[in-house]
Amino acid sequence: MSGALICLVAVIQREALRFVSHRSRFLAALVRPLVWLIVFAAGFRAALGLSIMPPYQTYITYEVYIVPGLCGMAQLFSGMQSSLSLVYDREMGSMRLMLTSPMPRWWLLFSKLVASTLISIIQVYAFLAIAGLVVGIDFPWEGYFLAFPALLISGLMLGALGLLLSSTIKELENFAGVMNFVIFPMFFMSTALYPLWKMAEASVLLRDICAFNPFSHAVELIRFALYGQLNFEALGWVTLAFLVFLAGSLWGYDPARGMIRKKA
Amino acid sequence: MSAGIKVSHIVHGYGKKTALNNVSFVVESGAFCALLGPNGAGKSTLFALLTRLFVPQSGDVGIAGIQLKDNPRHALAKLGVVFQQPTFDMDLTVRRNLKYFAALHGISGCDADKRIDAALERLGMAERAGEKAKALNGGHRRRMEIARSLLHEPSVLLLDEPTVGLDAATRKSITDHVHDLVQDTGLTVLWATHLVDEIRSDDRLVVLHRGEIVADGFAGIIAGDQTLSDRFLALTSGSEVAA
Repeated sequence: MSGALICLVAVIQREALRFVSHRSRFLAALVRPLVWLIVFAAGFRAALGLSIMPPYQTYITYEVYIVPGLCGMAQLFSGMQSSLSLVYDREMGSMRLMLTSPMPRWWLLFSKLVASTLISIIQVYAFLAIAGLVVGIDFPWEGYFLAFPALLISGLMLGALGLLLSSTIKELENFAGVMNFVIFPMFFMSTALYPLWKMAEASVLLRDICAFNPFSHAVELIRFALYGQLNFEALGWVTLAFLVFLAGSLWGYDPARGMIRKKA
Repeated sequence: MSAGIKVSHIVHGYGKKTALNNVSFVVESGAFCALLGPNGAGKSTLFALLTRLFVPQSGDVGIAGIQLKDNPRHALAKLGVVFQQPTFDMDLTVRRNLKYFAALHGISGCDADKRIDAALERLGMAERAGEKAKALNGGHRRRMEIARSLLHEPSVLLLDEPTVGLDAATRKSITDHVHDLVQDTGLTVLWATHLVDEIRSDDRLVVLHRGEIVADGFAGIIAGDQTLSDRFLALTSGSEVAA
């Protein structure tokens, strides 16, 4: 095995071990979307009527509609959690330990990204399993397989956003701002909870913001994949957003130019 | 003798504040050099530049004859680092922590296990490999971090105030341990500290104050007929010029 691959496997193992040792984190990651599904969706079911629209072939209940959005939410929170742990690692010094490795810095950061994405995918499948077995919301069996590559690219995109944010956040205390100004707007101004046409009824501007939000495209990519379909437009936007966020985070962690130099 | 560490005309600042102003010094290969300076002298900035956390605005650093600017990966492979903050993952076992670090340097499998066993044996801690890092006391953690930094057999070891927060006996034992390593293995060591009792009279000494070098030579010679403590206070009070 090459040195770079050894390094990638080690970073993934470390993230997995940390995740397993923090059971409360896993529980929180699981409970959050379930609360939305069971409590929030139940309340909205009566209030919100949904028409037939792709990828759905028939009328669906609101619970069915928001499951892909909640998969995206699990990944969004996971990406931000990983960003939080990067800021913590930097304050604690273990980030420095990693950056003194002779592996290329972009590879080290990419390894971190892959590790956090795989963790987020485990969370999503655990949520889908409970949604299917307990709540009774299931998808075509091929959808569960095809969702994997969709979750991989959406997880990488959201993880790269977390990486970018971690390079700009000076202290752990500033992280509350990320919740208010990144997670909530990204989640609420997306197609996770309402379809675009429903948003347009309220405000065209809001619909346009939702359509521009890369998280919307991540949700649509997952939604179509769960029904065995590939949404090319969503894939294109999510990939583009991933590349932009990744380039930003590599700039942020560049020893010559980035933000990290201001925080020795 | 060849240079283990060569710092040439480093200038670095944050915004308008200059943290390091034309800092140059050489540590010969196989020498123990103490980098002494009060808090805020620029030691941490210098360490961040030596470990390529970021690059200097001007000047360059050579590690074991390799310029950090020209070949950073090769230079970092020659470097072992012990940071001021503990960098062990407290929830993971000692062995798992060491394996993680070895993998960051591309070492895995039997080779990694052999090196880890040898490092633990040397410290007499082989039986504690399976314990979680949080079960170790501060002194043991520090020793483990030193052992970890040597797993990839670097030729230069940087230690950033490694004895902070430890009691006097543990501090002395760690200082002695690193001096022994220099004698036994020919390692080049740069040891940042603000505690003069960690420095021996035959150690190389660089005194940093307000981002500039105010003394560079052997500790005994810099101290002259004063104690090193008095000399250090005089040098950093601004009342005297460089030795």
